Amino acid sequence: MSEHISSPRLYVGIWLSLMVLTVVTVVAAQIDLGAFNTIVALTIASLKAVLVVLFFMHVKYAHERMIKPVIAAALFFLFLLLALSMADFATRLWI
Amino acid sequence: MSDSEVAVHNPALRHHFAEVEQQRNASSLGMWLFLVTEVMFFGGMFCAYLVYRTAHFGDFAAASSTLDLKLGTINTAVLILSSLTVVMAVWAAQTGKQKALVMYLLLTIVLGLAFLGVKGVEYAEKFEKHHVPGPTFHFAGAIPGHPDHPADPRHAEMFFSLYFVMTGMHAVHMIIGIGLFAFLAFKASRGAYTPAYFTPIENAGLYWHFVDIIWIYLFPLLYLIDRHK
Amino acid sequence: MATTAVTPERANYLNAEYGVKSWLLTVDHKRIALLYLLSVTLFFFLGGFFALLIRLELLTPAGDLMQADTYNKVFTMHGIIMVFFFLIPVVPAVLGNFLMPIMIGAKDLAFPRINLLSWYLYVIGGLLILHCMLTGGVDTGWTFYPPFSTSFSNTKVVEAGLAVFVSGFSSILTGLNFIVTVHRMRAPGMTWDRLPLFVWANYATSIVMILGTPVVAITIVLVALERTLHLGIFDPKLGGDPLLFQHLFWFYSHPAVYIMILPSMGVISELITCFSRKRVFGYKFVALSSVAIAVLGFLVWAHHMFVAGMSLYAGLIFSFLSFFVAVPSAIKVFNWTATLYKGSISFTTPMLYAFGFLGLFTMGGLTGLFLAALGVDVHVTDTYFIVAHFHYIMVGGVLMGYLGGMHFWWPKISGRMYPEFWGKLSALIVFLGFNLTFFPQFILGYMGMPRRYWQYPPEFQILNVLSTAGASVLAVGYLLPMIYFVWSMRYGKPAPDNPWNAAGLEWMTSSPPPTYNFDETPVVTWEAYNYEELNKKEEVPVER
Repeated sequence: MSEHISSPRLYVGIWLSLMVLTVVTVVAAQIDLGAFNTIVALTIASLKAVLVVLFFMHVKYAHERMIKPVIAAALFFLFLLLALSMADFATRLWI
Repeated sequence: MSDSEVAVHNPALRHHFAEVEQQRNASSLGMWLFLVTEVMFFGGMFCAYLVYRTAHFGDFAAASSTLDLKLGTINTAVLILSSLTVVMAVWAAQTGKQKALVMYLLLTIVLGLAFLGVKGVEYAEKFEKHHVPGPTFHFAGAIPGHPDHPADPRHAEMFFSLYFVMTGMHAVHMIIGIGLFAFLAFKASRGAYTPAYFTPIENAGLYWHFVDIIWIYLFPLLYLIDRHK
Repeated sequence: MATTAVTPERANYLNAEYGVKSWLLTVDHKRIALLYLLSVTLFFFLGGFFALLIRLELLTPAGDLMQADTYNKVFTMHGIIMVFFFLIPVVPAVLGNFLMPIMIGAKDLAFPRINLLSWYLYVIGGLLILHCMLTGGVDTGWTFYPPFSTSFSNTKVVEAGLAVFVSGFSSILTGLNFIVTVHRMRAPGMTWDRLPLFVWANYATSIVMILGTPVVAITIVLVALERTLHLGIFDPKLGGDPLLFQHLFWFYSHPAVYIMILPSMGVISELITCFSRKRVFGYKFVALSSVAIAVLGFLVWAHHMFVAGMSLYAGLIFSFLSFFVAVPSAIKVFNWTATLYKGSISFTTPMLYAFGFLGLFTMGGLTGLFLAALGVDVHVTDTYFIVAHFHYIMVGGVLMGYLGGMHFWWPKISGRMYPEFWGKLSALIVFLGFNLTFFPQFILGYMGMPRRYWQYPPEFQILNVLSTAGASVLAVGYLLPMIYFVWSMRYGKPAPDNPWNAAGLEWMTSSPPPTYNFDETPVVTWEAYNYEELNKKEEVPVER
């Protein structure tokens, strides 16, 4: 069983990137980017999530090969829930 | 049941698995599937948030701007730091450093409690400002960028409903996580985890990172709506 | 395992240990399956009791047996109990639990203790709903629609919601356990294209359980919070939208129909191949159609909301998508039929149930197509047409599959044969009783009788009387198997290991199986449903 052990230096590096991204997202929110404010905020959040998943949750080096498909499935069905619900709400006039 | 005695007996191997590798993969897959259910669990709330934020954007922005950005940012930092201590705990378990393992677990608990403490301060502020949904709810703010256009207090109340439900559910998950880590720290101090067997540490770590990720999304969605105006 | 020569009977999972504790603390998937069998049967008869109350009330046009309030509580209890405490767990938790590990050659499920936890969660949920029932009940319908459930109903909504929430976690954990088991516990040689179709079906079911159930869990939490703490999530007073609840609710509860029907479809695949002595026609298509149903099932939920005030565009999209689910379902029906073609069919009890399933499921499925069509649905929605349609699927389909499977595997489960004559008789009674109960409801619905009312105009009486008569026949049909199954545990003929000369690993171990299922981990070297080979060396089943 050859198991991958990442070094603490990598973890600290990831942690620093997460902190930097947190600062960036707070700063970016103060700048008027129009509709892009939300997009930037969510992109940064997703970037942070990807870092956490790949390195802190060890998905990059996982020996269990079903994990990536499982994550993909979760995201796909979450997308279905949001998208198909919005198919109703986005095409409807609100009171 | 004599066929299992061929391999070197590992005390952590349960009877119905053929080998340790199979058992580890099974528990890792099981944990990830559990996280899938958690994604969908929070997904329901994110769906509600998406629908109402799209519909009442200005009012949501008005309500969001009353949240304490400083405390929110500090809490984000605290939680991210706790993710680092968790991953270091897993590392300590992998490399057989028992004292470090216990220390990192305890650090995580402290950070988790700090997060909840800050959250408590924020909640208390909502009570003072009558921003808690219900009969006493009161909101008088303008839509950001339109000072003479007051926000609809009913929609602001919906924002705060979602705020409390989402952060509350997140906090419940953190409390469970803290309890879990307290249990693991106790077991770890008695030497229950070795480089050959630390699945509980690994899985609790996955859970904690997931809770962290939820917050990584909650923070911009709740605190950072239209902050620039 | 030290089997002393004193015991004449072989060591098996039933005689391995004795005493209440050995059952309540067991981690053996077979014993847990029996725990489920017992509890699920109790809830079935409780739900059936409420069904009979409904049918008795509807015997006459006037509201004479009970008042509207009571009637609302009765149909709500019928719905909640039958859906969440019977149909969802019945096939996966009883037959699936018992058979999945054996069919793939494993000693147990991947997480035996979590499996036991699922049962306890189910029991806790069940006790909560019983408590709720005895202390006032709930009248929202099993669907808990707001704003009625959040602001107006003065019954025990929160407690009923909690019961559903807890039992939901039971089914999440079962699904999780099954998926990991199928991925990680297969015996050497048991490749994906050798998996029995029952395993495929339960695997697909587990996907739905894992992805859908959490959404309904949080939705019910939101209803409870809105009701108790006056949060505004679905409240139209605050600009919220009750339809959001319906979206979230049906995101689970439509796929939940596939949680119910898919495992039964898996049972039918096993029965039809065995009793026509042929390899299933188009194995891959039947296997993958299960997964396709699980996935497509998530794309169609808003067809429950066509008249609820949803946007017309969304209505068109969901109507269009709804037709797609028919494709994999039809693949199954056609492939089963093609399997029968030129098969050497024997009309045993399980096979009679399988035939019943084919007919009733096809009826339910085809009327489902009517309802998927937006225009037709607007006409018949919330009438007895809907009631008849989903009972054809959920009772006609699921229960026929379940009972067929119970007869098929009863020799394996109990080590005894059931009486074949009574079995055939009960299959016949169930089929006739079912059609007599629910076919008139199609007509009633088409004529415009709305569902969920305790009284109706007199011109609907004849059909309602027929339906009530059918329900009594159906009740007899359901009681019979219970009686002779219990009888056979003591007086039935001892079952050989493979009474049907069927393919599949479960028939290669003893009846009943030993605690770890196989004395030696089997190595699979043959394809699934190798009936051609089995037929060659056909022999009269040896009696032990």
